Order: sequence, then structure tokens, then C-alpha cells
Amino acid sequence: MSQNFAFLDEHSKKEIRRQTLKAIAIPGYQVPFASRELPIARGWGTGGLQLTLSLVGQEDIVKVIDQGSDESVNAVNIRNLIQSTTGVEDTIHTSEATIIQSRHRIPEVPLKPFQILVLQVPTPEPLRSVEPSERKTKILHGDKEYSGAYIKLFEQIMRHGHITDDADYPVLVNGRYVMAPSPIPRFDNPKMNHNDGLILLGAGREKKIHAVPPYTDVASLAFEDYPFEVEDFSDKVCRESGLSGVYMDELVDEETGETYYMTNDTSYMLEKMNEEEDLHANHR
Amino acid sequence: MQITDDVVLSVRELSKQFGEGCSYCLDENGELQKNMCPKCHTVYATKDVTFDLYKGEILGVVGESGSGKSTLMKMLYFDEDKTTGQYVLPKDPKNEHNVFEVSSQRKRQIRNEQLGMVYQNPMLGLKMDFSSVTNIAEKLIASGNRNVKEMTDRADHFLEKVNIPLRRKYEAPKNFSGGMQQRVQIAKALSNYPPILLLDEVTTGLDLSVQADVLELIKEIQRDMGVSMIVVSHDLAIIRMLCDRTMVMLDGKVIEHGITDQILEDPQHEYTQQLVYSIL
Amino acid sequence: MGYVAVKGGANAINNSVLMYKNRRLVDGEDIEVEKIKTNMRPLINQVMSEASFYDRDTAAFAIKQAEGNMEEAVFLMRAHRSTLPRLYYSTITDTREMFVERRVSASFKDIPGGQILGASPDFTHRLLDDALKEVADGPSQEIDYKEIPFNYDLNKLPKVIDYLEKEGLFIREPENNDEPDDITKKTIEFPSTRSQRLQGLTRGQTGAVTSLGYAEIRGYGIASHPNIGECRVGQQPVCVDFEDGYGEYFIGDYEMTEIDGFMPDLDEDQDEDMHIKIGYGLVFGQNETKAIAMSVLDYSLEHPKNGVATSDDEFVLYHIDSVESTGFISHLKLPHYVTFQSKLDRMRQGRESK
Repeated sequence: MSQNFAFLDEHSKKEIRRQTLKAIAIPGYQVPFASRELPIARGWGTGGLQLTLSLVGQEDIVKVIDQGSDESVNAVNIRNLIQSTTGVEDTIHTSEATIIQSRHRIPEVPLKPFQILVLQVPTPEPLRSVEPSERKTKILHGDKEYSGAYIKLFEQIMRHGHITDDADYPVLVNGRYVMAPSPIPRFDNPKMNHNDGLILLGAGREKKIHAVPPYTDVASLAFEDYPFEVEDFSDKVCRESGLSGVYMDELVDEETGETYYMTNDTSYMLEKMNEEEDLHANHR
Repeated sequence: MQITDDVVLSVRELSKQFGEGCSYCLDENGELQKNMCPKCHTVYATKDVTFDLYKGEILGVVGESGSGKSTLMKMLYFDEDKTTGQYVLPKDPKNEHNVFEVSSQRKRQIRNEQLGMVYQNPMLGLKMDFSSVTNIAEKLIASGNRNVKEMTDRADHFLEKVNIPLRRKYEAPKNFSGGMQQRVQIAKALSNYPPILLLDEVTTGLDLSVQADVLELIKEIQRDMGVSMIVVSHDLAIIRMLCDRTMVMLDGKVIEHGITDQILEDPQHEYTQQLVYSIL
Repeated sequence: MGYVAVKGGANAINNSVLMYKNRRLVDGEDIEVEKIKTNMRPLINQVMSEASFYDRDTAAFAIKQAEGNMEEAVFLMRAHRSTLPRLYYSTITDTREMFVERRVSASFKDIPGGQILGASPDFTHRLLDDALKEVADGPSQEIDYKEIPFNYDLNKLPKVIDYLEKEGLFIREPENNDEPDDITKKTIEFPSTRSQRLQGLTRGQTGAVTSLGYAEIRGYGIASHPNIGECRVGQQPVCVDFEDGYGEYFIGDYEMTEIDGFMPDLDEDQDEDMHIKIGYGLVFGQNETKAIAMSVLDYSLEHPKNGVATSDDEFVLYHIDSVESTGFISHLKLPHYVTFQSKLDRMRQGRESK
């Protein structure tokens, strides 16, 4: 069957863009939108994909990653859908892309002005684990009543001696709304603060869009004496590239049974390795 | 509104109705069946309740179930909205003309900083699955504290005050007896040193010996901390033990008020007389 | 450029898709869409209803592509639906004008206009029929299909509630002529409106709606047995007004199942007489179980009871959508190693601090 450019009909795309603008105008606030069904399953990135499809134009260059990798099956699948319905160019290089759709990571290469990072969001409500009812969480956001979010962290400290929230660690945006940053590792939370690019977050199944506009305050929730902590890879070195100070995947060598680490952001690793090689070539 | 210096909480003509009312019951001559309109079944839970609470005193509110005393408490703690009436907290720095009319965000602030509440049912006041120390810290977190050490120190202090062994502070209230749950609630209500404490049937359903302990604790808190309290009970014996002044409520209205001893010795209203004679 | 990206993902996906698409042809013969359309009516009805997309041809096509998997077929229809501009709304249609093919009341022995059994599996014996192992030549000659189903006067089929209303046993709710919300264009916000609830329920997954309706009447909600006042199945005329000055245009008949469920009177007014209360069910196609369960849930959501999940609009409407529930559950098998690494970090942190 023949399809419209970027799959969705133009009315739907316009409607999604309107809600996106609202989300940008109220940083961290979850704007409800009439999420459309897409040819990929709910829970598989339909929120992010609707944002990308409503924004993409013929001049755009798109990068899609999942778990930090351009070649992850889900990333390939989403990229295929975007390309087959738009024909736009794609790239693996973060700095070349105009739109980057990602699941679970913010790339290691900092965003530039006018770049858009689209994050896929499974559970947009940061208070859901303390309050199951949507109408009640809406009131709590309205009243800026976030003790529930802090109590959860406080209770973790009481029970375990430290905060145990791992990925999708809640943040306070622009001093006003507590927001779920999507299941990025804590390692990526600080990248949201005063970012040069625009970060859009889309939850298809839960039908919400939220946003972090450029140069917005984003602070991870914490206590004065229990500060926010990112995952610790300080003593780890990437076996493939020798990189450190990046988010790592933990792998097991099948032959030796030894644990080793590799840079999670594969395109970044590749770029760094090629830079290194060029440097050596020039020296020779 | 005329308020003297030592008033910490003041309520004027506070009414709460459930239902729209009809031409019959909105008319002054319309007679109600207890507090309900026989025609349209609108319930007048409280009607024109007016009183002041003075600094450091314990004010008792006594009445049978359905008299409106619990609804009154819920309105004072903003759990329930009023229909009409005025509510002033003169000692609050903001001292608004009527705190029923302020934003819900501000109401939360008043709840967290000016008031402490102890419910009859601890399920309403506590998160049963969270540790006791977290329950006590909740009020502090809600009013903006972000220092874990400070909050756990405060929790320890109040847990000791209410006689909960500190080795049990990480346990959840669901593992505690009814008396202990009430004591955790009291510790939580006090955690922010609120000037006003609201106690709604806090000893109902507890064993007599446990009841005595909790009442003793309330007395002690009044002595040590100078907190003003409103104590709601259907039990005149408890009111006699705790309260300096007492209001008697019946069918949503205050039918008698005065010094507790006076009311007990010389009750004026027929209903109060019944109440007093039944405990003698 | 010495290092290049590994291109494993794209190839793996291509092969997986090819294997999936050709499996049925490797094992056997292809089937015409037309055969699905005529042979699998209940499946088509369910798919159209859950997809909220009435088109038997597209449904048959989707079922073929999904190899009969309900959720996949609904998913295909819904995704296709997203590509279609929605330009008009139908005008109000009255089920008293339905071209009735089946109509039964459980509440009366006989009803004005009569009980019309129509075509139904209700009284078949569920014994595997060996005759079906062979392909039949044509329909059985035992009844005359042109005569029998429609030997009644369509103008003399009043609704059962009309009869009860005359006697004052049923009081018509005041009319609400607010424009209904369209949950496909504006997402539901809570507390929900009735039009949002009815749309959510009629799109709900048949199994989910049935299970929740069952829980509601079995013991977790009203915990009592409603009476089916009327179940009608038939062709419902639908019109659209293009506002071109020529009035309404008839655009076709839609097969529908409508249920008026008589529910216990929950408005506890001791002095007033008891009345019949209605829970309403309406679904595309003949799908009576879903329509009955919908009527139960419509009523429970209209009369919420504290602590009863099946009368909580958020609980019911958030969890009965086929595309949403199957999507989220199935996504759990996607790679999650970044977040799992984050969890490992927290767990190790705990061990170190001890």
C-alpha cells in the first residue's frame, strides 16, 4: 500500500508537533498526546518514532541507536522504517546527524546547537512507583509535591545504606518539574544539564511527550549528604580501543572466562580508534 | 474577625454539607433528621462551627459518631474541603485571611509546617511498608529538608520520645502493634515541631493499658513542647483526662463549650447531661 | 579509515524477516484473502472491533499476513489506520433502525416482535465435526436462506427498554448532547468521560474485556448477576453529513452487536422505588461475549466503588488495549544491557559498602 512521507498523515504530524512545542515551552512537563499506532510495536520505541517522523524533513540526516549501538537489531529496524518511508540519509556519526533517535543512551559526543536528540520512553511518570493513579500524579506535579520521589530514595538509603535507583534516575528540570529521563544510565544524566542541543522524549504507549530545551537546568535528585552518583567505570579500560571515562559494556571472554569491558557507544569508539590510527599514520 | 494574641487557630461558621440541599432544608424552619434532610437526603456534617484554639492548650471535641467531629478534623487538615466558613492561623508568618481559600500548594505547606495529624486509623497517616524512620522523615522531606543525617537524627529523637526502641526504627509499621503504630504516627506528626497537633480518636480500639500509655505521652508532649492540640474523642473519660476546654458536638453543631471541669460538673444541654451521667 | 562498523544487525534482521514471511509457503499452500473473509467471520469481527477499523477486506488481508494471530492482525490494522486521514464523523445513528438479524432477551419469555435466534453458535454441540475435514460443495439444503432469517417485520421490533420505560421501571437518563471525545485524536485524561470510556471498551481486547467483566460480576465488583435485557445483532445504517446542504449521505451498513445489560440499582435511596439500570455494550461485528462484558464494565465504571479495580477507569482503560499490552509485554525481550549494567553497578556498590 502506498504511504505518506514519514508514514503518518499530515494532520497527525502537525498535531504531534504542536504538542512537542508545548513540551518545549514547559520543560519537564509531560504533555499528553494522541499517540498513533505505528508499524512497530508499542513499547518498542513508538513514542520516539512519532517524534522523529513528525519532525523529519527531506534534508535531515538521521542516526538511530539502541543500547549505544547503531547496529543493535531494534535500531536497525527503526532506521529501516524511517528510511523506507522518507528516503532520508542516515549516518552513524553523532556530529553529522540532525536528528538522533536513541533508546537507553545519550551519545558520548556532546550535542551541538540545532541537533535534536529523541529519546524513547517506556514510563514517563517518575512518581508512578509511589503513586499508581494518573489523576493523582497529575495533581502532585501541579502542586510541585515531590516528597514521594525523595521518600523512595530516602527509604533506599535506610534499607541499603545508599541509593539503589539505577537507570531512569529522576531529575528536576528547570527547578520545576521532576521528570523521568528515560532509562538512560545515571552516567548520562549530567549530559542533559545545560545541553547545547534539544532533547525530546516520547512515550508512545503512555501517550506523553516531554522535553529538555537547550541550556536548561537539569539536576538529578539527591540529598546533601548522599549526593548523586554515576556508574563507576573509573578503573575500567575498553579492551578494544583503550578508551576510559566512557560508559562500558561488561562482557565475558568465552575462551578464558575473564570479564572484560568495551565502550558502549560503538560509533564513538570507532571514531576514536580511527583518529588514533590517523595520528600513527601521520607520524610514520 | 476578633482574635486575641494568644490564639493559634481560629474557625468561624464552618459548615460542610454532602449534597445540594433542597428548598425544604435550605429554609431555616426545615427540620432535619439528626443531620440529614428527610426530603433530599443532604447531610449537614458540620453547621456553623466557631471556636478558637489558644496557645499551649488542649481543646477537646466530644460527640457520638455522626456528630461531625471527624469531618471537622479532616477540614482542618485539608483532607476534606469545606462548604462555607473561615479558618485562620494567626501565628503563621503569612497569616492569610482564610486558609481554606489558598492554593492547594500552599495548603500542603501549611499541613507540613503548621500542623501535625494523628488519625484513628494508622493506615491513613503512615506508609505501612516503609520503615518507621522514613515515615517520620516524610514530613521533613515535604517541607524541603534534603539532609539525611539531620532527618534521621530527628527521627531518632522522636522515636525515643514516643518510646519506640531505636533498634526497630528500620522496621515498617505494618509489623507493629496498634499502640506502636499510633506512637509512630505521633512521632511523625511532631517531627517538624508544628505549633498545632490534631488528634482524631487516637486511642480508640487500643487495649486499656496501651491507651493509658499513649494518653500519658500526649500529656507529656504538651508539657514539654507547649504544642496546642485539638483532641477528638467519643469518650468523655479521655477528654476529662487530657483537655483544658471542651466542645460538645451533636448532629453537626456545637451544643455546648467551656472549661472541661465545668462541663463535667454542671452540664447544661440535655445531651451533655446524658453523656456525663453515663460515665459517672 | 581502518576501522568500520560491524554490519551484523541488518543482515540478521533481513534473514529473520524472510524466514518468518516464507515459513507458511515452505510448509504448504497459499490461501486467498477472499476465503478468509468468508470462512473466518468471528475472527474478522474480533479484529475489526479491536482495531476500531471496519473493513472486512482489510481485516481478512491483515489476518492472512498475521497468519491468524489476532494481536498481529489488530496491530496491522491499527498501524494502517494511522496513515489514513480522518475527515468526517458519522451522524447519530439509532439502533432502533438496525436491520436486525438476531435479537434475544434473557429477561422475558417473549418480547414484542419475538425472540429472533438468527445465526449463532450458542446451541451447537462442541464436537469436532469430521465432515469439515473435507471441503463442502455449498450450504446445506435443509433451510431456505432467502426465506427463514427475515420473516419478521423490522418495524415491529421495539427495544425491550421501551416497554419497561412505559411502565416507569426504567427512567431514561437525561440526554447528554456534548460532542463526544475522540480518543484517537485526543488522549484520555482522567477522570474520563463516558464517551471516552465507551470508546476504550469497544476497542478493548476481547479476552481482556471479558476477563475484567467476569471479575466484576463474579465477586470483585457488583458481584451479582446482571440480566441481559436485549442483545441485538444486525446491520446498522451509518450516514455522514458533508455539510454541503444536501443533508445526510448513507455510507453503508455496519454489522454490530448491541447489549442493554440490566444491572442492580446501586443508587441506594431507601425511599425511592427501584429502577432498572442499564450498562451498555456496542461492538463492531457479531461478538456477543465482548459486548456483554463491555456493558458490565460500562456500568461498573459509571458507578465506581472504592478499592474495586474493575470500577477504576484508569485500571480498566489503561490495560485492556491489545496493541498496548502486547507491545509492552513483548518489548521486555529487547536488549536492556545498558540499564542492567547500571543495576549491576548498584548491586556491587551495596556489597562493597558492607
